[in-house]
Amino acid sequence: MAGESNRTKHMQLAPDDFTSGQEPRWCPGCGNYSILAQMKKVLPELGIPKERFVFVSGIGCSGRFSYYIDTYGVHCIHGRAPAFATGIKLVAPHLKVFVITGDGDCLSIGGNHFIHLCRRNVDVTIILFNNHVYALTKGQYSPTSGRGKVTKSSPYGVIGNPFNSVRLALAAGASFVARTIDKFPEHLAEILKRAAEHKGTSFVEVYQNCNIFSNGDYLRLMDPGKRGDNLLFLKHKEPYIFGKNSDKALDWTGDDFKVVNISGRKKQKELITHDECAGHPAMEFMLASLSEDQSMPTPVGVFRDIKNDTYEDMLKKQIDSVEKKKGKGNLEQLFNSGNTWVVE
Amino acid sequence: MKKMQVLQTVTIRFAGDSGDGMQLVGDQFTVAVALAGNNLLTLPDYPSEIRAPAGTLFGVSGFQIQFSSGSVHTPGDALDVLVAMNPAALQVNLKQMKSNGIIIVNTDAFNERNLERAQYGSNPLKDNSLDGYQVLQVPITSLNREALKESSLSLKAKNRSQNFFALGIAYWMFNCSPDNTLKWIESKFESKPDLIDANKKALHAGYDYALSAKDFSTCYKVKKADKKPGKYRNITGNKAVALGLITAARKAGKKLFLGSYPITPASDILHDLSKYCNFDAITFQAEDEIAGIGSALGASYAGALGVTTTSGPGMVLKSEFFGFAVMAELPVVIIDVQRSGPSTGMPTKTEQADLLQALYGRSGEAPVPVIAAASSTDCFKATFEACRIALEFATPVILLSDEYIANGAEPWLIPNLKEIPEIEVKYATNPENYQPYERDPETLARMMALPGTPGLEHRIGGLEKEDVSGNVSYDPENHDRMVRLRDKKVRVIADYVDDPEICGEPEGDLLVISWGSTYGSVFTAMEEIQNRGLKVSWYHLRWIHPLPQNLGEYIKNFNKVLIPEINLGQLIKIIRSEYLVDAKGFNSVRGLPLRVSDIIKAIEAQLEG
Repeated sequence: MAGESNRTKHMQLAPDDFTSGQEPRWCPGCGNYSILAQMKKVLPELGIPKERFVFVSGIGCSGRFSYYIDTYGVHCIHGRAPAFATGIKLVAPHLKVFVITGDGDCLSIGGNHFIHLCRRNVDVTIILFNNHVYALTKGQYSPTSGRGKVTKSSPYGVIGNPFNSVRLALAAGASFVARTIDKFPEHLAEILKRAAEHKGTSFVEVYQNCNIFSNGDYLRLMDPGKRGDNLLFLKHKEPYIFGKNSDKALDWTGDDFKVVNISGRKKQKELITHDECAGHPAMEFMLASLSEDQSMPTPVGVFRDIKNDTYEDMLKKQIDSVEKKKGKGNLEQLFNSGNTWVVE
Repeated sequence: MKKMQVLQTVTIRFAGDSGDGMQLVGDQFTVAVALAGNNLLTLPDYPSEIRAPAGTLFGVSGFQIQFSSGSVHTPGDALDVLVAMNPAALQVNLKQMKSNGIIIVNTDAFNERNLERAQYGSNPLKDNSLDGYQVLQVPITSLNREALKESSLSLKAKNRSQNFFALGIAYWMFNCSPDNTLKWIESKFESKPDLIDANKKALHAGYDYALSAKDFSTCYKVKKADKKPGKYRNITGNKAVALGLITAARKAGKKLFLGSYPITPASDILHDLSKYCNFDAITFQAEDEIAGIGSALGASYAGALGVTTTSGPGMVLKSEFFGFAVMAELPVVIIDVQRSGPSTGMPTKTEQADLLQALYGRSGEAPVPVIAAASSTDCFKATFEACRIALEFATPVILLSDEYIANGAEPWLIPNLKEIPEIEVKYATNPENYQPYERDPETLARMMALPGTPGLEHRIGGLEKEDVSGNVSYDPENHDRMVRLRDKKVRVIADYVDDPEICGEPEGDLLVISWGSTYGSVFTAMEEIQNRGLKVSWYHLRWIHPLPQNLGEYIKNFNKVLIPEINLGQLIKIIRSEYLVDAKGFNSVRGLPLRVSDIIKAIEAQLEG
């Protein structure tokens, strides 16, 4: 619990000020530790008094997050954190609300709440820990598990197609959409900070390794020997350059991306560049889809960052305009409205 | 020469196709008799289809009102007057007619096609099957067209005003002034002068027709009722709930937040509150029932009065969040406007079959206080009390209403706002040693700290909590203690609410115990039973959990107990197990209020048996 000194000097908060009394109980080596550490690093940088942070989490390994960070926290029920968070924001818009969720929590049982949160553009930052598996229930496949993945509930391999969560968030209308990886702390911190500073629904998918049930799922993105060719770091207004020696780039054929070799061949300014603020998310859709193609690099970074009215701002505007027109509600008058009659 | 006859009580039903405007006519007639000073109670009875195929039996929409110079607590068992706009309306409602009752029919609608759709083999207006009733045959459609012959409206539009013609007839028959309806027409169709003209003409034409037609020989007068002095208005249960919520939020100094998903018959509460956003009322139409309560709980957590409204099928979906609210000990008011079930059931019909769901429909030991509204006007008080308990005890509270009182209307003695008590809610603000699950020693309510309060950062959630500290705990003894504490916290509420009063002697042959919207039917039945001098008393429950403190004593003082309900016996299970009494039930699950005559018979059977 924070003392007086922390409250008055919130601008000088340190990561340790956000350490709660509860010892994290994630498995040793779990990617969640990294996300927790980076979140604690980012919060003091936001210039927001500590008491205004609220973390609402769902059920699953990710759901425990809210116990491990010393802010206001609600460990909600499975999949419903976005609904609870929406209620908080609509009556107390001054609070900075995070939703912490997992692939099963967010995209399966909570799918409906997730898309409607994005659609409304409520000012909530939602962090999805994507490890491709239901880990806390000890290893069943999730809505992001790839075809063929063997789990306890898919002993002969997963059939059906996985969700691409970035594409889903884009389609649902989130105004900030990004992806990052637990093993890259600096990138993770940068993305978390940008998401937290965004006004409107900001969505971050974190590729998070579960070293028990889906260890190595992200190996091609992590392995120092391979990742150079498999990872594409998105940068606003810059071309899509990647490769161990920065010698490759994405180019646009007119209907799809292709990889081109740029070593000495093509001038960089002839390459298409990334636009986080594009009006239409078509290009971001195509980019998001690349993660499903093993022959293409997986983009990480900010896909989309646009300005749009938040739900709570529109709500306030509407109420203000009604109050302007009708005046502040007079309850006495309301009681006595319609046809009344007096009995002597 | 016309005669005038004075009546004490009249039950009339307007019936026609669901597009015929019968609800509108009923509403107007209700206001007219209310303004005439009568007691009244209404029962709208309409199909869930917005525009069912014309002329069909399932498309019949009805509006029933009982009005009287004496007391009225039901919309009436049987009809004195039926206004039937087509054969289907006659077919559906005839069995409810009193013998020698008055039937006003629109003869123009009795053509071959409509008769066939209403499954009449022969025309009932010609085959003597209506002998024993006073049938007044009026060619309403053609008379109305004639009255509007100068109007520029299309024929279809002209026909749409024929409900006002029928209303005009009823106004003459019951000596009601059409003035208020004329005013209403003017404001309703403000920008459409041809509609104002047509509807007013139709109303006048109906009135004048009845005044001059030979077979309308008698009009009736129901004298002013003897009522408690004060200012009145008509109010439906749903409207009373909306006002109750706004009042409670204001008296608690809070914003009101309603998270809701549209569902019949609860949606009107959402509609009303959406209009009142200048009363510090935020309405949020959620993506589903679950998000309705989820957002309400989020709002409560952040310091508002969180409310969700629904009906049976929505209750089922919300129940996981009820359990969460019990564990997190957060206030929220859940309003279940019950309808006929199970599943989609009969969405526009009434029932009391969600009681056990409200009491027990959760995983684990999850006690929730349950209160039931007794009538349309009582919805105001019951809502206020549900909010007060939720806020003062930091607990979810379930309020049971039902379709009958939600849509039915009765005169409401407008309360004096200043006489309604404040609701006091305290929050922790001192950062020294804040313990989220420390309790008020008397109410056992935990001390909440609102997010945004410096130094009181803490975590709550659905996992079991350690007593006092609120930390996650799997300790066996702690769990047992917390289960009992949550149970006790709800039982303690009995000390903070009024026990109902027994109606009749505190001992006798039979005690009738009822709850919820059967209040009116049982009241009326008991009037007759007690007038006969029988040793029968009546106890109407308000809080069903916790049960009142004086009920057990009363039960011991009676030889028998009878519990009438619109379900197969739900309260009776609670009473039998709680008081070990061999109570008997009277159960009728027709989607309609209990008939007074049936309750009287059930009481008589108990006294004989």
